[in-house]
Amino acid sequence: MVEPLLSIVGLDAFHGDAQALFGLDLALQEGELLALIGANGAGKSTLLRSITGLVKHRKGMIRFRGEDILGLPAHVIVGQGIALVPEGRRLFPSLSVEENLLLGAQVARPGPWSLQAVYELFPVLREKRKAPSTSLSGGQQQMVAIGRGLMSNPDILLLDELSLGLAPVVIRDIYALLPKIVGNGLSVILVEQDINRALSVADRFLCMLEGKPSLQGKPGDYSRDQITNAYFGT
Amino acid sequence: MSTLHVTRSTPLSRIALPLAALLVLLLAAAPWWASTATLRLIGEIMIYLSLASLWNLLAGYTGLVSVGQHAFVGLGGYILFTVALYLGWNPLLAIPLAGITAALIAVPVARLVFRLNGAYFAIGTWVVAEVFRLSFAQISSLGGGSGSSLPIGIMKAMAESKAMRESLIYWAALALGTGSVVFVYLLLRSRIGLALTAIRDNETASSSLGITIPRIKLAVYVGVAAVTGMVGALIFLQKLRIAPDAAFSASDWTVLVIFMVVIGGIGTIEGPIIGTLLFFVLREFLADLGTLYLMILGALAILIMMASPKGLWGLVTSRTGLSLFPVGYRVETRGDQG
Amino acid sequence: MDWINIIIQGILVGGLYALFATGLSLIFGVMRLVNIAHGDLIVASAYLAYGVMQLTGVGPLTSLIAVIPLAALFGYLLQLLVLNRTLDKDILPPLLVTFGLSIIIQNGLLEIFSANSHKLNLGSFEIESIHLMPGVDIGYFPLLTFAVAVAVVFGLQQLFYHSAIGRAFRAVSDDPEVAQLMGLNNRTVYASAMALCLAVVAVAGVFMAIRANFDPSMGPGRLIFGFEAVIIGGLGNLWGTLAGGVILGVAQALGAQIDPGWQLLSGHIVFLLILAVKPQGLFPKGAA
Repeated sequence: MVEPLLSIVGLDAFHGDAQALFGLDLALQEGELLALIGANGAGKSTLLRSITGLVKHRKGMIRFRGEDILGLPAHVIVGQGIALVPEGRRLFPSLSVEENLLLGAQVARPGPWSLQAVYELFPVLREKRKAPSTSLSGGQQQMVAIGRGLMSNPDILLLDELSLGLAPVVIRDIYALLPKIVGNGLSVILVEQDINRALSVADRFLCMLEGKPSLQGKPGDYSRDQITNAYFGT
Repeated sequence: MSTLHVTRSTPLSRIALPLAALLVLLLAAAPWWASTATLRLIGEIMIYLSLASLWNLLAGYTGLVSVGQHAFVGLGGYILFTVALYLGWNPLLAIPLAGITAALIAVPVARLVFRLNGAYFAIGTWVVAEVFRLSFAQISSLGGGSGSSLPIGIMKAMAESKAMRESLIYWAALALGTGSVVFVYLLLRSRIGLALTAIRDNETASSSLGITIPRIKLAVYVGVAAVTGMVGALIFLQKLRIAPDAAFSASDWTVLVIFMVVIGGIGTIEGPIIGTLLFFVLREFLADLGTLYLMILGALAILIMMASPKGLWGLVTSRTGLSLFPVGYRVETRGDQG
Repeated sequence: MDWINIIIQGILVGGLYALFATGLSLIFGVMRLVNIAHGDLIVASAYLAYGVMQLTGVGPLTSLIAVIPLAALFGYLLQLLVLNRTLDKDILPPLLVTFGLSIIIQNGLLEIFSANSHKLNLGSFEIESIHLMPGVDIGYFPLLTFAVAVAVVFGLQQLFYHSAIGRAFRAVSDDPEVAQLMGLNNRTVYASAMALCLAVVAVAGVFMAIRANFDPSMGPGRLIFGFEAVIIGGLGNLWGTLAGGVILGVAQALGAQIDPGWQLLSGHIVFLLILAVKPQGLFPKGAA
């Protein structure tokens, strides 16, 4: 069997002294969209932050394209091809929309995404390109955050709480664009509060409970009740 | 079976406190057993112990990193001279008066410098000290830039004999030195101490607990200024001469003090004590090096800040868990016959 | 015409104070670091120029060709090897480490060069002036200093808002964590900012040393002037910093007219007054 694009084995991660992940295993195949679901505090964000190197205090194994990336600093990992769209979007407030996007291209990896391509995906951003990122609506900010992540031309895009705090109509628009985003064979890990929405787009899901996987498989393999039980640990 | 007890004392602290009391008694009797030179040395150590403990309270516990405490040292000194020269009071009475004046002046000063955040606060305090220095240099009745001396007649009002005067000054230094340590210790064990720890650990959390941070910071700043002013009066009572550059000397009253605290261990009660003693030991051996000595102290402070921010005492406690003056609570397992 | 002359001279000196201040403002903006040794680094640059001139026989302005890159390199290494390790939420370590550095530089210079003062000589250019009107002469050198200050502020402004490195500076300042996710190595970005700061410091040091005598004890005073200019002008506004330097320079020049002892005092008093009335400074960021 071919080694997965990203494989995590026995990952422990810590918030200060508190352990947030307990021996977590995960495999992500090329071109796959994996939905990561779980209650608040289940360790979803910690997992994404561990993969990108933001959580320093962790042990276990994280292999990307067969190479260990656990010891690498965050700014190197993004250059290897893993980009994170962080929870809460976290645009740079003193940078314009275009500057935010350009900063995403800092690592200068070759690939399909460019300023032009992002503006084609989100035409509204072209109009607002000179505007300060703080002047945008929540949905537009999320577009900048996604565009900024894509600008590094990643192999894996990690989307943390994609729809958090957005109006339903905006969420629908963004999800409608998801096929265009992943179309180029991009692999995605999607963290999402809205389980139904996440399962509707995912190839596979992983439900987490208290820092460990509680259920995983294809969305069609399990009943709604089974997934709910895994979510709440009942 | 054994039970758990929450306690403030440690086995060592139960021994340390009586020992410290004994040491203070022994030091109080020093005029009867020590030479004048020794007396002066201990007096100087006590003065620095006081300044170091006070600065530690300010920077290490309250987060007010002042690099302008020499403002209050010099102010205290000038209050002494004003009172002695113009009112003809007993100089010893000038010491508490210097404290009160320093506190009164610290209030408007705090209102100004507290507008500056963090590190800029530090430089702001320095500007204030400069303003004090330049202002006193303008007061010609106090000698202007060249300063003035205390007439011997004023000194005689304190005590007839020179030996008695030396002893009185020494006891005042001992009282301020030990008093400052006790003051900081008791303050940290009080409700204010709990609030300070909360501020240090998490300013937002403590403000949501309803602890009024600005008022506590102001109170600590003013209190420290008061005692610093008293120390300043005492310093220049011993020196008998004052001039703006010596009174508001950043290197003597702030730089050395900061080094003592940083090397000993900032944010610990024991740190300033260790730092002060170590400083005087080092000075015995290295003072001949002059500027090199200060460079060594500077390098030592940098190394300690980078390697062990809690100083030498922090190294000791992290290895052994020792605490001479515990202000926190700890859980102890105690054997129980029940 | 006396007062006009005094004010003009004050404005021109303000350019030098702005040079003291811009580096301070820059590194505070990028990494919230206040470098207590900033003034000592200005003085050290003056000595470095002195050394370069002794060694090669060039003039003070030419010496900048060597002094600027050397100072920048020092700043880069200082940040990378020392100061980066102190950057955290706690303000104490960076403050006390730069404080220790300040004492080391002051006493190191004292050890090497003694307490005697020196001056960098620019020849006749120093004394030549434009005669504006009776009683008002503008010296070439003060004018050059002011022009350099304006150029430095303009250049930094362009760099900050219209270049990739400036974008990186603003990004790490906004959100150091997310900046890493963009592939920025915060440590080298900080080191670059400190290198840039020291390049400005080098210019400030040389112009200070041409203008008047300098000695190892002058650092803290220069730090305070720079700091006052930054606060008067408003944090994070480089043009404001230039204005702050000018206000400080004019205040000092007017104070000196009352009494020589009032020169420094009146500068400090104006600073404290502005702090009391407008704690955000006269031109706070975003209001311009």
